[in-house]
Amino acid sequence: MKRIIIFLTLLTALIAAPVLRASGNAGQHGDADGSKGRLDPKEIIFEHLGDGYGWEVPFDHHHRIPLPIIVFGTDGLHVFSSARVADGRTYDDGGKLFRIAGADSDHKGKIVEIVDGKEVRPVDISITKNVCALLITVLVVSCLMLWLSAYLKKNPFKAPRKGLGGIEALVAFIYDSVIKPTLGHNARRFAPYLLTVFFFILTMNLMGLMVIFPGGANLTGNIAVTLVLSILTFLVTNIFANKHYWKEILWPDVPLWLKFPLPIMPAIEIFGMFTKPAALTVRLFANMMGGHMIVLVLTVLIFIFSAINPVAGAGTTIVSLGFSIFMLLIDVLVSFIQAYVFTMLSTIFISLAHPEEEHHHKEKTVDESVGTQIREALVGTPRQTI
Amino acid sequence: MELFTPDFGLIFWMFVAFGVLFLVLWKFAWPVILKTVDSRAELIDKGVEYAQNAKEQLDNARREAEEYLNEARRQQADMLRDADKMKTQIIEQAKNAAQTEAQKVMDNARIQIQQQQKEAQQQFRNQVSEFALEVAGQLVHRQLSGDKAQENLVDNILDDLERKN
Repeated sequence: MKRIIIFLTLLTALIAAPVLRASGNAGQHGDADGSKGRLDPKEIIFEHLGDGYGWEVPFDHHHRIPLPIIVFGTDGLHVFSSARVADGRTYDDGGKLFRIAGADSDHKGKIVEIVDGKEVRPVDISITKNVCALLITVLVVSCLMLWLSAYLKKNPFKAPRKGLGGIEALVAFIYDSVIKPTLGHNARRFAPYLLTVFFFILTMNLMGLMVIFPGGANLTGNIAVTLVLSILTFLVTNIFANKHYWKEILWPDVPLWLKFPLPIMPAIEIFGMFTKPAALTVRLFANMMGGHMIVLVLTVLIFIFSAINPVAGAGTTIVSLGFSIFMLLIDVLVSFIQAYVFTMLSTIFISLAHPEEEHHHKEKTVDESVGTQIREALVGTPRQTI
Repeated sequence: MELFTPDFGLIFWMFVAFGVLFLVLWKFAWPVILKTVDSRAELIDKGVEYAQNAKEQLDNARREAEEYLNEARRQQADMLRDADKMKTQIIEQAKNAAQTEAQKVMDNARIQIQQQQKEAQQQFRNQVSEFALEVAGQLVHRQLSGDKAQENLVDNILDDLERKN
């Protein structure tokens, strides 16, 4: 087994090196700006990290899966395939000219409308690679959860096995060990949002790690996605917050001079309201983007060294491959951890917006436990029940 | 820098996609899943509690049965001991009763014997006095004879008496 792995690795390295060298020389990346024959690692990395109007297919850098472009130009809605503007072509849609802006433009890589020879950015809600991945994620998550719910509806007291069992275990894990202990009696109310967030992020993370078509989009490593998620958490936190939360923000329990003529503490508290979602945004974004970037850099390293020397390229292939696999495995772990952390922090933020209630709830549970003890003492002596 | 500037299109679609996903799952998936997870957890908790109670009850029952058994054994031993005691007591009593009875019989016998003895002595005395009177009478009748004759007479009388008796 070990020998086979070593043999395959060497074979890959030996075959890959010349091919990669050739492809590096041919300059199949960065061909939009016409820099043929030169390897541009930055271009490659940022292209893969960023968004695009088409979706790459393996082993072919010229053809992409075309995706619909939807823009509101100067005269209204335009919908056309991204294949029409591929390779820097300009497309005439009903008298309006569209093209993807070149490297020297301010809107590099984005669709622009040409008005009087100038590039104008229209309102762009195209189904880009990221949006497409997003929709696929939505489809996958809803299918999985509907499948699970259908199973549970049919067999309410039978634990599912295999794949479905894993999903259910995840649901139970998040629900029982994150949401319930933190939110108490509010758990049932916020669990749908939090669980949706968890599975949404987890699926996006994992799909991003897959290299070919349905995956590969750097979705959670895109600040727009994480921003929206944190905005939603922010909204859920503040809309459902109780009056004690607002009192603690606007009139906290501190000496009067800290809040009266100059509202120092309220200002800090209000600032804190916004730092929480900001931290959520950046944490998820930076972690996922970092993971993608490292794998990309390791891969591009092969191209760089192959461009210098085929032998060095072969050596780098082995090392890079090893590191890439290692990093991808770490990223699988990170995918889970980041989804977990995002959910956990959202849960904590929501629970912080229900301060007094939780205290009350705790008292209630204590009362309940005392009640059960008394009941046991009164009724439950086994001798009597026999 | 393009990595840090959120794209409007993606934000728009993200809101739409997440909204749709949330609504679908909120309506069709989470209620069922959460209810099932909750109720199953409750069922398991209850099952565990029930099993513990059952075990406790079983243990108690076993202990109780053992106690009953020990009690029964003790009672049995007590009964046996009592019976033994009673037996010896009865025997003792019977013995005593027999002894007193025997004593009574013997006492009766002794009294009878004494009475008879007394009667016999009385009779004997009566006879002796009769004989003595007779002897005295005959002696008075034969006064004239000498000493020798008197002696012979007494001897004869005594011989007669002996013969008579």
